[in-house]
Amino acid sequence: MKKTIAILMSTVMTAAVLLSGCGNAASNGAAAGAADGGQAAAAGTSIDVQVGPSPETIDPALNSAVDGANMIIHAFEGLLKFDKNNNVVPGVAESYDVSDDGLTWTFHLRKDLKWSDGSDLTAEDFVYSWKRVADPATAAPYGYDLLNMVKGYDEAEGGNVDALGVSAPDATTFVVELSTPCVYFDKICAFAVLVPVQKATVEANGEGWSTNPATYITDGPYYMTEYTDGSQIVFTKNPNYYDAANITFDTIVWHLIEDSNAAYSAYQNGDLSMIKDVPTEEIPSLADNAEFHVEPIMGTYYVTFNTEKEPFNDPKVREALSLAIDRAYVAGTIMQGTYSPATNFVGPGVSDEADGSSFEDVTKQKYGDHFDTSNYDKDLEKAKQLLADAGYPNGEGFPEFSYLTNDAGYHKAVAEYLQSAWGELGLKMTVNIQEWKTVTADRREGNFEVARNGWVYDWDDPSNMINLLETGNGNNDGKYSNPDFDKAVDEARTTTDIKLHYDKLHEAEQIILNDAAMAPVAYYNDFWLMKSNVKDTWHSPYGYWYFMYGKIE
Amino acid sequence: MVKYIVKRILFGVLTAFVVATLTFFIMNLVPGGPFLSEKAVTPQAQAAMEAKYGLDKPLFVQYLTYMGDILHGDMGMSLKKRGFTVNDIIRNKFPVSARLGLLAVLVSVLIGVPLGSVAAYNRGKAVDNVIIVFSTAGIAIPTFLSSTLMMYFFSVKLKILPSLGLQTPASYIMPVLALSLYPASYIARLMRSSMLDVIGQDYMRTARAKGVSTFKSIFKHALRNAILPVVTYLGPLLAYLMTGSFIVEKIFTIPGLGSEFVAAIPSRDYPLIMGTTIFLACLIIMMNVLVDIAYAFIDPRIKLK
Repeated sequence: MKKTIAILMSTVMTAAVLLSGCGNAASNGAAAGAADGGQAAAAGTSIDVQVGPSPETIDPALNSAVDGANMIIHAFEGLLKFDKNNNVVPGVAESYDVSDDGLTWTFHLRKDLKWSDGSDLTAEDFVYSWKRVADPATAAPYGYDLLNMVKGYDEAEGGNVDALGVSAPDATTFVVELSTPCVYFDKICAFAVLVPVQKATVEANGEGWSTNPATYITDGPYYMTEYTDGSQIVFTKNPNYYDAANITFDTIVWHLIEDSNAAYSAYQNGDLSMIKDVPTEEIPSLADNAEFHVEPIMGTYYVTFNTEKEPFNDPKVREALSLAIDRAYVAGTIMQGTYSPATNFVGPGVSDEADGSSFEDVTKQKYGDHFDTSNYDKDLEKAKQLLADAGYPNGEGFPEFSYLTNDAGYHKAVAEYLQSAWGELGLKMTVNIQEWKTVTADRREGNFEVARNGWVYDWDDPSNMINLLETGNGNNDGKYSNPDFDKAVDEARTTTDIKLHYDKLHEAEQIILNDAAMAPVAYYNDFWLMKSNVKDTWHSPYGYWYFMYGKIE
Repeated sequence: MVKYIVKRILFGVLTAFVVATLTFFIMNLVPGGPFLSEKAVTPQAQAAMEAKYGLDKPLFVQYLTYMGDILHGDMGMSLKKRGFTVNDIIRNKFPVSARLGLLAVLVSVLIGVPLGSVAAYNRGKAVDNVIIVFSTAGIAIPTFLSSTLMMYFFSVKLKILPSLGLQTPASYIMPVLALSLYPASYIARLMRSSMLDVIGQDYMRTARAKGVSTFKSIFKHALRNAILPVVTYLGPLLAYLMTGSFIVEKIFTIPGLGSEFVAAIPSRDYPLIMGTTIFLACLIIMMNVLVDIAYAFIDPRIKLK
């Protein structure tokens, strides 16, 4: 025993000598300390949530991700916003008028709007913020998508920002002039990128303005009081928000957790009230749990065929491959019910012409479902027949091909399923798993035969996804091209008649389904855990959670 | 000795330069770029972003610009953590990792050295066998497993330790233990074998024969000689642990440098890849120099030339 103590003591001393000898780098590192974390809110009500790891950015103009948007909608409010039923309602603009030709949109802002720092928010702030999104120096990823229909956008994008057709005739009036009509422009105005940002703070602090609580001046329900990268972002109620009286939580703590198992542990031991990243291996055990929610978001998981390569240039071959997929099995079993089987290309959550209507429901009424997921055997027979018609009976003579995907979520399991499903047709497919950026690069360059693909809508209009198949679209990875389809989407884009807009999009969707321009597999859902004592929060088909009016009972 | 140190530092600078150059060109050979995303941006937006960060220039010009900037201590803006400079990221996150890493090294030495010595002094006995089994297990069990198990028992089941972040002193317990499991076991094994060597030496027998107490024989004679292999191992260990472990940081949600180091690669955040790589390289070089200097203090027979 004595011996042991002696050894122990000597070791401690040696270690101490060693460590103190280990120079400046070591001791500086330890002494410098770090702002590794803040404290939870002192008093009042607070909610602790996880919607993703550290966001790439929460600068509205630069953001293109859902987790960033979730935070932005709690900190900023644009001209218009979405309500609980996903309808567009007034935001900081209390009303707006549209000219008869659909080209001039005039917004009337609420009186006495304030920034979170107490200064006045005026229509000029919108002029600045919208020009900032169009400015090439900002390099906003959504600039083109959101503003290409605004007059002068091309010039603005070329550097002459003041050419953009936005103006502020007085402090509470903001006018946007369009070059072509856009029937869903109200939804664009509710988009989280086009919220106002404060010129003074953005210009004085460069890109760093959005990572520092002192300079992250907001106009929405919350402002930022802490930003600890890799740990947490804390939002505190903004007393200067016009609707502050109805905002319930005093603070929202966004826990920036990368690992779904870590998020799940923190949820289980009660540290968090809501987590978005649920470990997929836990899902079977959560099926009957009232705290586990599955709701649609606007998006479709699909398979892209390279239509420039034989034999995938033949619509019969593409349709055969598409029909051979048992969508109910993929969504229900392989994807554990966290996806829904796709019966068309545009799925739930996307609106049609009438308020509260669904594009998908109208498709079902007008054309019926393209895929009958309840009768797979029939589809499989049809697939075999189509393959024979295309000149490959029982898959004879069909070249071996590969399926390109990255390994995340259910991608690999789906790839393995497709291998066996297409094997049923007598086809030989190899799975080519690459890292995500490589998949994206290869897919865009047409360096594939068949590939995984997917799309989550930026805004609630079917054109946002249907247009992906348009000739020349940057996301048309399969290089599908059909003049009839191009004509239909172009008419939908430029009409002022909202009915015609949707009719043309239905027509376009039928064209790509009948051509098997791609094979829809499943519709996306969000699945998450939320404690049952959290009330009055809601989830939208955009993949956003609205916590600001919620409460914990 | 001063001459030796200067020489080592100069070699270190050269090594860092080679590391930086190789990393720069290899990183640019990998397909995809920082602004490539699932959603295709327009060619104009792509061009605007590339122009903003100087990625539109020829590669060699980018290289020269980067090397010029880094000589002035400017590692550039991160492309995927918008609004942060690489200097900011290292400044914010290195102290967190360094503190955890230093604690882990300390714990490893405090556990590993005594265990190894005890095993050596009790060679072949039950104590020795137990220590060997445990240290083998410690080396074989991967960090993600030990971390997850600890998290499950202490955080989810018993709810006695926090699962997230480093807010309280108790938060350090699991990450530090997870980080020290492997090095502590490895040090115990190193210590055991070098201690066995030393115990068998003639001077130890002489010491005992002339009546030196066990305490003194270990403290004054054995340990000092036996610890050299451990010191060699400590240099790179310090550097690696102080720059953070991706796995431990991910599981315990710790805002450290290790996850930045790894995450920068799939997102093609070029300045961050460069910054973290150069930083780690410099740290390893520095630690090795310090270890060499420590040798001279521990063993006066070693002359640094």
